Amino acid sequence: MSTTVTPEQVESRVLDALVTFGADASVVSRDATWEQLEVDSLDLVELAQVVEDEYGVEITSQDMQSLPTVGSVIDLVVERAA
Amino acid sequence: MKPAVAITGVGAITPLGVGARTLHERWTAGRGGIVDGLGRATEFDPTEVMSVKEARRADRGTQLAVAASDEAIRDAGWEDEKPYAPDRIGTLIGTGIGGITTLVTNQDLLREHGPSKVSALGIPLLMPNAPAGAVSMRHGLTGPSFGTVSACSAGAHAIGTALRMIQYGEADAVVVGGTEAALVEIAVASFGALEATSPTGISRPFDARRDGFVMGEGAGVLVLERADLARERGARVLGEVAGYAATSDAHHLTAPHPDGEGAARAIRLALADAGLEPEDVDYVNAHGTSTPLNDRVETVALKTALGDRAREVPVSSTKSAIGHLLGAAGAVEAVATVLALRDRVAPPTLNYEEPDPELDLDYVSEGTRPLDVDGRDPVAISNSFGFGGHNAVIVLKGASA
Repeated sequence: MSTTVTPEQVESRVLDALVTFGADASVVSRDATWEQLEVDSLDLVELAQVVEDEYGVEITSQDMQSLPTVGSVIDLVVERAA
Repeated sequence: MKPAVAITGVGAITPLGVGARTLHERWTAGRGGIVDGLGRATEFDPTEVMSVKEARRADRGTQLAVAASDEAIRDAGWEDEKPYAPDRIGTLIGTGIGGITTLVTNQDLLREHGPSKVSALGIPLLMPNAPAGAVSMRHGLTGPSFGTVSACSAGAHAIGTALRMIQYGEADAVVVGGTEAALVEIAVASFGALEATSPTGISRPFDARRDGFVMGEGAGVLVLERADLARERGARVLGEVAGYAATSDAHHLTAPHPDGEGAARAIRLALADAGLEPEDVDYVNAHGTSTPLNDRVETVALKTALGDRAREVPVSSTKSAIGHLLGAAGAVEAVATVLALRDRVAPPTLNYEEPDPELDLDYVSEGTRPLDVDGRDPVAISNSFGFGGHNAVIVLKGASA
């Protein structure tokens, strides 16, 4: 699974998930912060589940919360999936 | 002296449509909302009242409760500003079954894809207190909030508990109701297996041919306020919750006691709680499920509790128009009853054509009838009886003309 993971794939999947959770699509981007997206702990629990399920990468929702932007989560997923 | 408790706002989403007045107008016009043997709230669209995130975080039962509470709060004139401190406002929403759609969906995910696919939102959506939590959060109400769980009497228990909260001084106002969204295969099949639901798909309470209830979905919410405070703020008052009592049959898991003793006792105690006599009752909003047993036992209980008055007072069932909304029934029926009292009418029992010789009360089969109340404030009792042997009866008064 990890051999096919590309940064573009992870970015697309994470951004899609955030929109599905109800974040404003016009604000969702790599540079957005959780506050800007009004993403809360329940959203991050769901995002952690998506990431683990699809890329085999375990990042807790608390660890995600401490990362500054959406992009930094995407980068961490790509790095750990490699 | 217990303080009087006013009803200042009502909201309902039912198989007859969106809105408490829609329910009232369509039922009193003789219209029913049952299609193909189910009472679906087909006119309800959650996206009209909730954001994507709010809707994702709510089982359909919670969505219905939120929509009905929005309407009730608007109706009470609370939209711009709450008239009481938030910690003086409680939130009670009953349900019979809880978030069963969420449960079934996640069970399917578990079976098909394993535990990693089960939603993090599973438990918070299916828990039966979720509707109360969502309504409290949406309106920032920080007084006591919880769900009541007593099958088909949950809505009435919620209203009775809200009455006590205000009378006891725990809250100045309570947003109270019931909700149910259980029209999923497993619930339909389970009630069917129990032979509780109608194989013909017709809700005809008290009729000789009645053969079970018709499942429905929806929510009803009322805003209750201590009456003196409501008057002080110049609120428009629709009516009063004048009394309440709850009893238990302690007899059988699903069947009412054949003598209707528990039900009759609840009716008598509720009237006593309101300081009223059987002669004061102008209308009975029956539990009237359209099951052979309930309608027979309820008729017996009304005769026991009301004596001669039972034969004089009009008795009708909202379930003839919308089916049985389970944990929402008591609340939706309270909404329908208070609007009927305000208009001084007894709405009809629809589909009643063939009298049952044992069931000899006045079931208002001919259509909506004016109530002759001689200038008094009209009084109704609304009955709710639930699996488990739970009986809850509330006494409602219509506002002065």
